Amino acid sequence: MDTSSQRHVVVIGAGIAGMEASAQLQGLGYAVTLLEEQPQTGGNLLTWDRLFPFKRPASEVLGELRSRLGGIHVLTSRRILNIEKLNAQFILTVNDGTVLTADAVLVATGFKPFDAYRKEEYGYGIYDNVFTSVDIERMFREERRILTRSGEVPRRVGFIHCVGSRDEKAGNRYCSKVCCVTAVKQASELKEMYPDCEVFCFYMDLRMFDRHYEQMYLDAQTRYGVTFVRGRLSEAAETIDKRIAIKVEDTLVGKPMKMTVDMLVLMVGMEGRTTQLYNSPTLGLSVGKDRFLNAVDEYTDNNLSRTEGVFLAGTCTGPKHIPEVLADAGAAALRIHRYLCQKA
Amino acid sequence: MVNFGFTINKSTRIDYDQASKDVSRYVIAHEPSALLCIGCGCCTATCSAGQFTPFNLRRIQLQVHRGELARLEQETEKCMLCGKCQMVCPRGVNTRHLVMTIHKAMTLYNRGELKDL
Ligand SMILES: Cc1cc2nc3c(=O)[nH]c(=O)nc-3n(C[C@H](O)[C@H](O)[C@H](O)COP(=O)(O)OP(=O)(O)OC[C@H]3O[C@@H](n4cnc5c(N)ncnc54)[C@H](O)[C@@H]3O)c2cc1C
Ligand code: SF4
Ligand code: SF4
Ligand code: SF4
Repeated sequence: MDTSSQRHVVVIGAGIAGMEASAQLQGLGYAVTLLEEQPQTGGNLLTWDRLFPFKRPASEVLGELRSRLGGIHVLTSRRILNIEKLNAQFILTVNDGTVLTADAVLVATGFKPFDAYRKEEYGYGIYDNVFTSVDIERMFREERRILTRSGEVPRRVGFIHCVGSRDEKAGNRYCSKVCCVTAVKQASELKEMYPDCEVFCFYMDLRMFDRHYEQMYLDAQTRYGVTFVRGRLSEAAETIDKRIAIKVEDTLVGKPMKMTVDMLVLMVGMEGRTTQLYNSPTLGLSVGKDRFLNAVDEYTDNNLSRTEGVFLAGTCTGPKHIPEVLADAGAAALRIHRYLCQKA
Repeated sequence: MVNFGFTINKSTRIDYDQASKDVSRYVIAHEPSALLCIGCGCCTATCSAGQFTPFNLRRIQLQVHRGELARLEQETEKCMLCGKCQMVCPRGVNTRHLVMTIHKAMTLYNRGELKDL
């Protein structure tokens, strides 16, 4: 593969998609530069503690993916200032002055968690004891304990599904896919930590779509004693003792219900990033109304952007869990390989 | 015949084959956002009328579409038209107008004037 070893692919975004695709491309004989705007590789997984379905530590998964990056030119804390096209090559100018020439570009810019401040009626950032799923992961990872703002062990916790997803008012119609199972996971972890704490999940539909998820749901019910209520939170208010009073309808009973909890946890969804890069005329990316990137074809050409030489991988094209992201990244690497072979 | 004192209760299940779809059709034609409902119960949870009466907008919608029409005309009169439900509905159903539409449809239906939309 002497000719292909001369070819250069730039991967933008060093989340798990970017890392996996880089390793695969390097294995195929390409020179790879992996560009990341944050100081570290890892993307959103840097914040997660233990991963569904089997509670494997996120740090372990990241460690394994990083160990495959040997020989790859990894540039962190770098922003792309400009991209031009010269013949079939892309010329990328980076904020440290570096200029990279690439035969193909892979966009692996991922997602950002929904900003819960935008769902004002749920009181995030207004009431002390309203948290997000991201906060809970961070607490598990950094403090190894889940406590109320005043440092007490919670006696009752409510998890709210679909925050910033499936919500016309938040401007997000789609389902974020991973938050139902994340709620089941976090609720179970909380019961494991505090068996006497009452834990509720308030859901619209429980989307336990993958092989092991229904088992997690079953364990949550039987082994951990999590209570599932089918109803969407309408409003939350703070009580005088800093607890959170919530209103839902228990739709299966058919009656409105009020309940006071010590902590309210909002299961925030995934949102497409609105990065400057998405406006680059050279990349010519097609951004959907939902702010995720559109591929040429959602069935057969998932990794192809509308611009020749520009490819897509990971959650920048929509919500995915880890195995899907890694499969997608591998597939993208092969599409790039096919493209560069045809060009040779 | 000897009377053993048994009576046969009228079936309480939904008989979808027999149920009238006229009210449902009228409501969808006059307030198409009725089709958007996913039964999440947000409207019911926040409803001013529902705090004091068994008024339940989520259930009323289902009753309309299943042809369970008994007492719906009186039921919909409990709505205070405050519009709170509309603020919380995640699907953007035009809930307040929906209640008025259901009420109108039921009035016509009970007068036997609904058949021809
Ligand atoms: C609360 C929560 C919990 C989850 N838990 C699990 C779990 O337990 N198990 C599981 O399978 N999945 C889980 N997921 C899903 C998982 O997080 C995603 O599948 C995964 O993070 C997606 O990886 P990615 O590489 O596509 O994107 P990201 O992780 O978002 O990585 C993208 C990277 O690109 C970088 N970037 C973006 N724009 C630029 C730019 N212009 N220039 C340079 N760099 C850029 C970002 O800084 C980031 O490092 C969870 C998701 C959420 C929301
Ligand atoms: S995965 Fe569950 S919580 Fe997340 S948006 Fe979909 S239905 Fe809602
Ligand atoms: S408008 Fe009617 S149905 Fe809606 S919240 Fe007010 S009282 Fe309830
Ligand atoms: S809030 Fe909207 S979607 Fe939910 S039950 Fe009421 S009308 Fe239906």
